[in-house]
Amino acid sequence: MRIAVLSGKGGTGKTFVSVNLSCTAEKAVYVDCDVEEPNGHLFLKPARIAGTPVTVMVPAVDMNKCTGCRKCVDFCKYNALALVTGKLLIFHEVCHSCGGCVLFCPTKAIAEKERRIGTIEEGRSGGVTVLTGCLDTGEVSGVPIIKGLMKKLPREGNIVIDCPPGSACIVMESIKDADYCVLVAEPTLFGVHNLGMVYELVKLFNKPFGVVLNKCLDEENPAEKFCFENNIMILCRIPFDNELGTLNSNAEIAVNKDKKYRDMFSSLLKTVLREVQHETTTNP
Amino acid sequence: MKQLLILSGKGGTGKTTIASAFIKLADAKAYADCDVDAPNLHLITGWSVEPEKTDYYGLQKAEINQELCTQCDQCRQNCRFDAISIDEKYKVDPFACEGCGVCEYVCPVEAITMKPAVAGELMLYSDEEKVFSTAQLKMGSGTSGMLVTEVKKQMKSATVDAELAIIDGSPGIGCPVIASLSGVDMVLIVAEPSISGISDMERIINTAAKFGTKTAVCINKYDTNIENTEKIEEFCKKQGLPFIARIPFDSNAVKAINNGQTIVDIDCTSGVAAKEVYQNTMNLLFEKGGG
Repeated sequence: MRIAVLSGKGGTGKTFVSVNLSCTAEKAVYVDCDVEEPNGHLFLKPARIAGTPVTVMVPAVDMNKCTGCRKCVDFCKYNALALVTGKLLIFHEVCHSCGGCVLFCPTKAIAEKERRIGTIEEGRSGGVTVLTGCLDTGEVSGVPIIKGLMKKLPREGNIVIDCPPGSACIVMESIKDADYCVLVAEPTLFGVHNLGMVYELVKLFNKPFGVVLNKCLDEENPAEKFCFENNIMILCRIPFDNELGTLNSNAEIAVNKDKKYRDMFSSLLKTVLREVQHETTTNP
Repeated sequence: MKQLLILSGKGGTGKTTIASAFIKLADAKAYADCDVDAPNLHLITGWSVEPEKTDYYGLQKAEINQELCTQCDQCRQNCRFDAISIDEKYKVDPFACEGCGVCEYVCPVEAITMKPAVAGELMLYSDEEKVFSTAQLKMGSGTSGMLVTEVKKQMKSATVDAELAIIDGSPGIGCPVIASLSGVDMVLIVAEPSISGISDMERIINTAAKFGTKTAVCINKYDTNIENTEKIEEFCKKQGLPFIARIPFDSNAVKAINNGQTIVDIDCTSGVAAKEVYQNTMNLLFEKGGG
């Protein structure tokens, strides 16, 4: 089963929930899709790490064959090619690797070469397999790394996908193959606004989902109100507590430190599993 | 006009909280929200007028004319984004399509055309005194960097005379962040004293350094982990980065935000610290020889 954890807003506790869920489930795979700022590995501290570079294909021109016809320059929708004083310049950072320029060059002057944009690291942390995608600084798009991570996932078993913030293309890529989405919300005006956005996203993709209310205080919780108004299932309420805050800021795993947190996440996992089972029997 | 960009790497460290406090303290004539993926600044800047809205067109999307399609499969074979699939008919997944136009080009019977597609909405709030530019990216869309560039362009072209522009950025280090960095005079990083926060801060500092932007750091909720706060200050010292100030954790900050107020609108400890952060940032931004 694949559980995607997302939130819209940053800092609501996606990594906290994902890491602790992974450590609660048996033989889980934790996947960090927040490739711009991956943090799960800081908590899980995986050992025996094997890293592989992630590359994309970019054009490389053979100037002996290039006639300066501009066909590639005119074709490229991303302005990744320019002809300056008869010389073809290629701007790798903006290239989307569509392959158009290679396909249409009348003199076959353009070939493709690999260019590194980041890495995927695989390691073990206790019973948990840890997959981390990491975008190199200065690079623009993490989508190819997320696609690479998805290809590495086993077909069976409990998989927890820690998603990037927002609701743009990289989040969509991360939840595409998920069986269930856990939305983590904090009780602030900002938190609710961004919860509304990911709520629309999971509905658009027809994913079953529920909400974890994080950092709950005694006061009125605007995120809870949003759930009531929209008839959204609340999976669990995690209290705002200093102990949890300190554990988290020191990148420690709460369920391994205290039984009360383990019980909390066991019950969250059970609820999620039950929901997914319910989904598969009603919507096979 | 000096442009100050607020970034953090990690989400939820307090970018928008600080940005809104600065806007209030500076009585800013120009400001923008470049977190087009999850914008929040409009929630607490107190505009009662309706914004002027403009559709934002991202990359085009392919469309297949079924009457002309001969099902030759050329489009599907050549699409690098797996955006074309077949069940009975050939169809384009608009979320996967990146508008490259390869399918249109390879189609032997001209059954495919590239069509403009709305990928978000630009919003401009303005009155006689000030301008606020923001946008919302459509769900699941790409090209957020292009929209960020449009938000900044919109702010600049609507601004008549402003000494200072305050720009709230997005989390991460990828395309929207890189687009927001271009042309700004200084970046203020709002760091959080957690192991995750430190790792993310280092990555955003490296990214800003690649573009040669002047960068300073402040710490929010510093007292939630003093040891990590000291690590951040030590890091700044080693890197030669100006350290602006510390802001304490303050439960009144959440209360202010939930009431649609900034932290300098009410009497609270984080608000007092924000004033110091603001003053030190302005001194650095407007210092002689500082660009």
